[in-house]
Amino acid sequence: MTYTIGLAGNPNSGKTTLFNELTGSRQHVGNWPGVTVDKKEGIYRKNKEYKILDLPGTYSLSPYSAEEIIARDYIIKEKPDVVINIVDGTSIERNLYLTLQIMETGIPLVVAVNMMDEVEAKGDVIDCKSLSENLGVQVIPIVAKNRRGLDELMEAVSQTILLKKTEEKITKKPVVFDKMLLGIIEEIKESLNSADESKKYWTAVKLAEADEVVLESITKEEQQKVKGILERAEKEKSLDIEAEIADQRYRFITSVTGKAVKKKSSVHVETKSDKIDRILTNRFLALPIFAGIMYLLFACTFSENFLFVPGLQSPGVWLAGLAEAGWGALTGLLENVIAGASPWLFSLVIDGIMGGIGAVIGFLPLILVLFILISFLEDSGYMARVAFVMDRLFRRFGLSGRSFIPLLMGFGCGVPAIAATRTLESEKDRKITTIITGFMPCGAKVPIFAMFVSVLFADSNKTLVTFSIYMLSIAVAITVSLLLNKFVYKSTASNFVMELPQYRIPTLKSVGIHGYEKIKDFAVKAGTIILLSTIFLWLLSNFNLNSFNGKNAAANEDNSIMSEMDESFLAGFGNVAAPIFKPLGFGAWRPTVGIVTGWIAKENVVVTFAQLYDDDITEEYLQGFFSNYSEQELTDLGFTDGIYNFEEAEGIYTETILFEGGDEHALTTMQDDIADKAAAYAYMVFNLLCMPCFAAVGAMKRELKTWKMTGFAIGIQMGTAYIVALLIYQIGRWFV
Amino acid sequence: MTLYDMKPGQEGTVRSIGEKGPTRKRIMDMGVTPGARIKIVKVAPLGDPLEVNVRGYELSLRKAEAKQISVEC
Repeated sequence: MTYTIGLAGNPNSGKTTLFNELTGSRQHVGNWPGVTVDKKEGIYRKNKEYKILDLPGTYSLSPYSAEEIIARDYIIKEKPDVVINIVDGTSIERNLYLTLQIMETGIPLVVAVNMMDEVEAKGDVIDCKSLSENLGVQVIPIVAKNRRGLDELMEAVSQTILLKKTEEKITKKPVVFDKMLLGIIEEIKESLNSADESKKYWTAVKLAEADEVVLESITKEEQQKVKGILERAEKEKSLDIEAEIADQRYRFITSVTGKAVKKKSSVHVETKSDKIDRILTNRFLALPIFAGIMYLLFACTFSENFLFVPGLQSPGVWLAGLAEAGWGALTGLLENVIAGASPWLFSLVIDGIMGGIGAVIGFLPLILVLFILISFLEDSGYMARVAFVMDRLFRRFGLSGRSFIPLLMGFGCGVPAIAATRTLESEKDRKITTIITGFMPCGAKVPIFAMFVSVLFADSNKTLVTFSIYMLSIAVAITVSLLLNKFVYKSTASNFVMELPQYRIPTLKSVGIHGYEKIKDFAVKAGTIILLSTIFLWLLSNFNLNSFNGKNAAANEDNSIMSEMDESFLAGFGNVAAPIFKPLGFGAWRPTVGIVTGWIAKENVVVTFAQLYDDDITEEYLQGFFSNYSEQELTDLGFTDGIYNFEEAEGIYTETILFEGGDEHALTTMQDDIADKAAAYAYMVFNLLCMPCFAAVGAMKRELKTWKMTGFAIGIQMGTAYIVALLIYQIGRWFV
Repeated sequence: MTLYDMKPGQEGTVRSIGEKGPTRKRIMDMGVTPGARIKIVKVAPLGDPLEVNVRGYELSLRKAEAKQISVEC
């Protein structure tokens, strides 16, 4: 026999810590159908019969956010055997509000009062026995982070389950509402025929609270009756029933805590947290401190010159380098092992599979570092202040202040940035931020800008051109956010009624678990998508029809059935699709193929150009180009012994010179396809805004949950890229 | 007067909260109900939102929402 236990509680009440302590590693993350909220389940580590489900953190069971609806639907419809309601002892009044609402559902409940150590440190006392007597449920004091009271808590859970089985009632329900409200609730209850008997009381309370979702769930006839009852009551007694219910719940709580909670001092004393907050959100210091913390967040993850020390790599970059080097070494070993295999198999394993997995592995350290830092910010309480500080600015764009972090990270790499949208509170903000984070000029897009700016804007102010692209990406992100808010999500007036939690020192364990879970989840869920799409594109760019009728095998010296990229399926596709880009100024097959290979990784646009315009990168050209370099410079570029050789030159030319925009005369034939500045700018902008790389798409799918939503997001990105690039070319061509 | 008119450090008692609807509901769910003691802690560095102390914890509200809450000092 298995029992299900729902874990409910306010955000910041230590719910996740309790869940981790109860389930250990035996947990898995899924998702609630149709929404972008995680569903975490686990098995109690001391008793396999107990399945624990971590409900989203909520302050109440009103239907105003995806989290609240999930939590209450689960409690009402799935009827867990028992609900553990975790309560933050340091702000017990507000926390008990949810407790009362869960009690109204009639589901067996055990209350765990957490943070007892902090309560004691303040010199306050919470009498859980008294709370238990007045609430009519078991109340257990705990300190989740060091496992204090957890065995007692689970013992109480077992007792509650047993009691429920024998239908025995130990305590009577507390009377929360006064006679008048109870009368109205009773009257509503009697007018309900359709509702299930066990849910009637809860349904009646919600109807009295003017809950629109519950109102929709009853019959038309019942709706009329209920409306009649409420209108008459409000008129006769001239009261506001909705307000009265909230008010009476809090009055009841105050009476209960009045007996059970003894505060050392009756006036509000300044806590350590208040002192920290006085500095961190001080009127003058707040913004500089904020900028400093955000810089550190970015630099720790992405910086090549960490803390402004030239050449010092940040933890993120260093770990990513290690991972890539390790994977490279493994690939090298494998190359030797399968050297004798047929060319297509060799290429499938090395370029397709190893390359695809390598792409996933390269991102893991970045995600790990960013998530350790973010969970540090979250657990310490600073994340709520990020929203508090940035709210005024981001509200204008239809976003929450918390969107700042994913968007900022998007300048480094979209993959961890999109994963960071998890920290946003509203579902709408999560979706919009995920879409617009793809517009940010991430590190992999920089080589594209560098190459085109150096070749086609050689006579202009190159810095200014590149800078304008950065500005454009921000402007587009804001515009798209505003449009999505207005036309797609039709957001009603948002509010910013948010708790600013106490500052706390995060535990290493919780930060560690968070980082580990995140990379595991990314590797599995996003990894599959990344790998499959990489292999698919490998197939398209290395094969053509002649691969399968023997013509390639006959023509190639090594009997390979593969084809050159300019004869591949992809080139064929490029030819077909190219006319679409005619109005954008680059309607030729090679730039089109460049866009597609950019989806594997954006810097591939440059690599593909070097491959497809290879008439410009001849042996003579490279020799001439590098002849201007001194021996020292050649060594720095990576030539063995500082001596030019053609073998190494091709790679170095593409991945160093072109990536950094070091050759103003590069790829002259490219200008047959992308003729002028307007077309080049449009091409850069299209690559900036269109679908991000597969790794980022994997992250998007992970956050948006459904393929439908992910497809919609990609559609928005593609549409935006096309429209903006079209405008740029059509307007720009009159000026160049 | 409303919560909006109060200065940082000032304390008052909530009298009523504006119009019916989701925002009012949220505000009341968070413990800002008639009779609750409320204190303005500070204003955010960009001038909005506000930080208040109510029922022993810190809550942030936008100025637009603060205008809806009438208080007595």
